[in-house]
Amino acid sequence: MGRYVIRRLLQMVPVFIGTTFLIFVMVYALGDPVAAMFGDRAPDPATAAQIRHDLYLDHSLPAQYVHYMGQIFTGDFGKAATGQPVTELMGSAFPVTIRLTLVAFAFEAVIGIGLGLLAGLRRGRFADSGVLAFTLLVVSIPTFVTAYLLQYFVGVKWGLASPAVADGAPFGDLILPGVVLAGVSLAYVARLTRTSVAENSRADYLRTAVAKGLPKRRVVTVHLLRNSLIPVVTFLGTDLGALMGGAVVTERIFNIHGVGWQLYQGILRQNPPTVVGFVTILVIVFLAANLLVDLLYAVLDPRIRYV
Amino acid sequence: MTVIDQTAGAPAPGTTTAPLLEVRDLHVEFHTRDGVAKAVNGVNYSVNAGETLAVLGESGSGKSVTAQAIMGILDMPPGRIPRGEILFQGRDMLKMSAEERRKLRGRKIAMIFQDALSSLNPVLSVGYQLGEMFRAHQGLSRKAAKAKAIELMDRVRIPAAKERVNDYPHQFSGGMRQRIMIAMALALEPDLIIADEPTTALDVTVQAQVMDLLAELQQEFTMGLILITHDLGVVADVADKIAVMYAGRIVEDAPVHEIYKRPAHPYTKGLLQSIPRLDQKGQELYAIKGLPPNLLRIPSGCAFNPRCPMAQDICRTEVPVLHTVGDRRGSACHFWKETLGE
Repeated sequence: MGRYVIRRLLQMVPVFIGTTFLIFVMVYALGDPVAAMFGDRAPDPATAAQIRHDLYLDHSLPAQYVHYMGQIFTGDFGKAATGQPVTELMGSAFPVTIRLTLVAFAFEAVIGIGLGLLAGLRRGRFADSGVLAFTLLVVSIPTFVTAYLLQYFVGVKWGLASPAVADGAPFGDLILPGVVLAGVSLAYVARLTRTSVAENSRADYLRTAVAKGLPKRRVVTVHLLRNSLIPVVTFLGTDLGALMGGAVVTERIFNIHGVGWQLYQGILRQNPPTVVGFVTILVIVFLAANLLVDLLYAVLDPRIRYV
Repeated sequence: MTVIDQTAGAPAPGTTTAPLLEVRDLHVEFHTRDGVAKAVNGVNYSVNAGETLAVLGESGSGKSVTAQAIMGILDMPPGRIPRGEILFQGRDMLKMSAEERRKLRGRKIAMIFQDALSSLNPVLSVGYQLGEMFRAHQGLSRKAAKAKAIELMDRVRIPAAKERVNDYPHQFSGGMRQRIMIAMALALEPDLIIADEPTTALDVTVQAQVMDLLAELQQEFTMGLILITHDLGVVADVADKIAVMYAGRIVEDAPVHEIYKRPAHPYTKGLLQSIPRLDQKGQELYAIKGLPPNLLRIPSGCAFNPRCPMAQDICRTEVPVLHTVGDRRGSACHFWKETLGE
């Protein structure tokens, strides 16, 4: 187990370098950040050269990358266009996104697994068809459509929930964006759970559980659900990583100043330190989530051994 | 086993003469897309306390389906029980509520399945799965249940039970896993155990050990045992009586030794002839020709007639009743006299 973790951590190093270098190159290709600072007016060549030198932009791309990484590991993520350190932006954005992620994740896990279990237990009946149709609908409608529709009807017209999120992102305001953000993943979780439950309910050990005279509740929760959730937990773990960074559309529509919003601003204003900095952190979050999922696997299924 | 006289009234509940379990005219069918598969077509048998009934038959003969109907673990739908009674200690279980039946399962009637690896939950320790019986039925604490689980594992002679109680099914050998299944069935000291091919998935040497253990424990607790098998070799040692099933019916029933000496049904005879014997080494092994019938289209008359070497016209038109052919013996063959006389 310990050796497995070490090996996995070592494997992460090339993945980390590869992804960050890629994003570095892409941001570099966005254009000249110095030109962007001056907007329409062309800068004085001498000043521009001075700024380039200060920002280490007069070196080759690989050299810039190495320099940047060196700075990151000392905790210096550079400054945004506004002059604010990127770390400060992160400090305000990540707590907001984490709250949004928690709300979305709760919806996704509870409702997704609930619907999936219901459909799996009543295979081929009305509840099953209903869940399948509902999830298909949710998957096929783009996020921005559901977001605007819910915002208008639930938030503005009927006034059931707050249509925008106030500063500090209180949990009450995050219900609507949470539902929107959870939507697609929720549908996947429901379908994955349904398939898994349907498959496991035909298993021999389930017949044994019934033959033991266990109450139905115990048969379903201890024997059926416990086994059926193994693939679902894997998906949920990976999705947690995705939720942390993937809320660009939702955050913009509901005016949430989280990671997605900052990334969007960074790209819009051609601000490399913001974009690369945030993406680097997201890469780490994603890698960590993946490792945790793999380790969780062994806890859930004792047949799995790490070598 | 005696032939059930359909005109006789049901024995009064609670009287000592009533058998532990009595199946009367049981029918089970499955509704499939292709039609109705008649898996069990009027089965009668009974088991007394301390007695072993072996139910013999090929795959698809309805022996397992009958057992599942007794346990109440048939999938319904597609399964359906249109007719019949299953009297346990004098009460018809088919008329009980689902909750009443659940409480009988495990506590009064327990079942041992064929493939212990797939029949045990792969993600729960054996100690948990054994202890669950006590927790669910007797409300024992987790700790007390585990102590009971260790006790049970000792009883079925699993070495180092204390150390192995937290192991998972895949960490045990096939024979040990089947012992765990037996332990689970014995947990609450039931009155009746149904063993559905308990040794089929095991090595021959382990088979004997497991069968001996089962027989021994059955004697110790004076339980009734229904042993479902297609292995005639297993039956001879442990069974008191045999019921041979074909296409959902009992074609012959008899005390165990009589059936080996003088079978009264051509099908039983065929089964006995198909056992490999040392003195016939080198000769071609006998096989009953043809295939078991399709349960969607069971042949008219005697279901065995297309494969029977003795079949006459009457066999194709008339379903044979279970004739009384001797003391506690029955044969559902029009020509049982000829079969016996040969």
